[in-house]
Amino acid sequence: MIGWLLCLPSFLVIGLGFLWPAAILLRMSLNRTDDIGAMQPDLTIATYARLLDDDMMPGLAGDTILLAAGCAAMAVTLAFPVALAIRAAPPRWRGPLALAAVAPLLVSGTARVIGWIAILGDSGMVNGALTLVGLPPQRLINNWTGVRIGLVESLMPYAVLVLIAGLGRLDARLEEAAATLGAGRLRTFLRVTLPLSAPALAAAFALTVVLGASAFVTPRLMGGGRVFVVATEIYDLALQTVDWPAAAALAVMLLLALGAAFALRGLLPRGRA
Amino acid sequence: MNRAGPRRPGPVVIAGALAGFLLLLAPAVVVATVSFSSGEFLAFPPPGLSLRWYVTLLGNAEILSALATSAILASTVAMLSLLLGLPASYAIARLDFPGRGTIATLLAAPLLLPTLVLGLALLLALQPLKLVATWPGLVLAHCTVAVPFAVRIMTTAIGSVPAELEAAARTLGASPLRAALRVTVPLAAPGVLAAAALTFLVSFDETVISLFLVGPRLTTLPVELFRYAENRTDPMLAALSMMLIVIALTIVLLVERAAGLTRTLSKE
Repeated sequence: MIGWLLCLPSFLVIGLGFLWPAAILLRMSLNRTDDIGAMQPDLTIATYARLLDDDMMPGLAGDTILLAAGCAAMAVTLAFPVALAIRAAPPRWRGPLALAAVAPLLVSGTARVIGWIAILGDSGMVNGALTLVGLPPQRLINNWTGVRIGLVESLMPYAVLVLIAGLGRLDARLEEAAATLGAGRLRTFLRVTLPLSAPALAAAFALTVVLGASAFVTPRLMGGGRVFVVATEIYDLALQTVDWPAAAALAVMLLLALGAAFALRGLLPRGRA
Repeated sequence: MNRAGPRRPGPVVIAGALAGFLLLLAPAVVVATVSFSSGEFLAFPPPGLSLRWYVTLLGNAEILSALATSAILASTVAMLSLLLGLPASYAIARLDFPGRGTIATLLAAPLLLPTLVLGLALLLALQPLKLVATWPGLVLAHCTVAVPFAVRIMTTAIGSVPAELEAAARTLGASPLRAALRVTVPLAAPGVLAAAALTFLVSFDETVISLFLVGPRLTTLPVELFRYAENRTDPMLAALSMMLIVIALTIVLLVERAAGLTRTLSKE
């Protein structure tokens, strides 16, 4: 009984700030919008039907999935050597290195986008270097390229975190044994380290896909209003068009898709790490 | 054995790790440099160095007022998250009661929801109550994402204090409340401090949920930065970003000094 009482204050916050708004969101998605754009209280799946019928939706969903999956795969690939290096570093260096790898999480996402604008923008570092060696400048920002680069970087710290946790359970003596038995560096990596890391890599991919599919700040700012994904569409529907039933229904569909992705991951065989 | 041990990474892994670190740290380094630019645009390398954009920043009343809002909001959220989260953390770490697992899962649930969806849900829920663009609305919204962090970190911290110490205090005649408050909580203080710092940062850097809940008269620093970045790109953006980064880093380093944030976090 005392346990419940002690949990009550926290539970009140979660109830008021999460459970109740989530219920309102679901309820709002069952209202509909009339012809002049006003919200009508109702209990219908008309808004869902309207969104699914929209010619724009397949492209929007496809772009979002491709962006999330591609950037997650890239982020995990780049985070893997970082995590391996942290794991192999002398103990005294591990903490600072891990902190440096996840430091971007402590920096506002918008601030990092500003950095990318200065690197990739028309008068940025990359185009400055290209001009210097006589190559034509490239459009690297306000398009999909910019969004992809920014998203990979913003997903990497999460991948590093999951990989560090997963690789921590990997027994280093197995790699030593492989080397003692005559396996070279590449062979040890391909036959021992990589298979044993597979569950951690899969977990990192699953997390970053979900985060990538719902990312908003990077697609919005790096895309310069020319890149449309489900997240930017929800934002526009809610705050620009003010079509709340549609915003709510699209949000619910996004959640269902993310939930399905997680369920699929549960079906995948897990390694015996 | 005279060959390099397998735990020493090969040149390929080291090169990959360097590339990874470069990618992770480049934006922050570039923002820091460009914030001291003397030019008109977000150009790198900057044409010259000056403090002009910091001067511009400090002369911008809207941004200073947003900074004040963010600082007060984050302090309030950190304090409330500790006060509300500490009893729950103690209960989850120490007590055995029916439904403990369910409560623990529920208290972490808001972190599963994308902040965009949570922001929209809060907007729809708070609008009819006229709580959008108000202090109570923003505090509730930020606490919803801060309390789960606080509970998680403090549960780990309290769980790692040996239960025997509290039992000893009880044997010596301390009441359960006294034993918890005078023995366990002080010993878990580094974790509590880390929770305070992290919840402050969660609130101070929170952008997406706030975007749905601010108004012309009450806005936060990350929202100002986001709105400004949507419309213009000049080095003041970098100076403003630096302000956010420096405040975040100061807090992290202070806590690292006092309690070892990396240790506290790596225990999770």
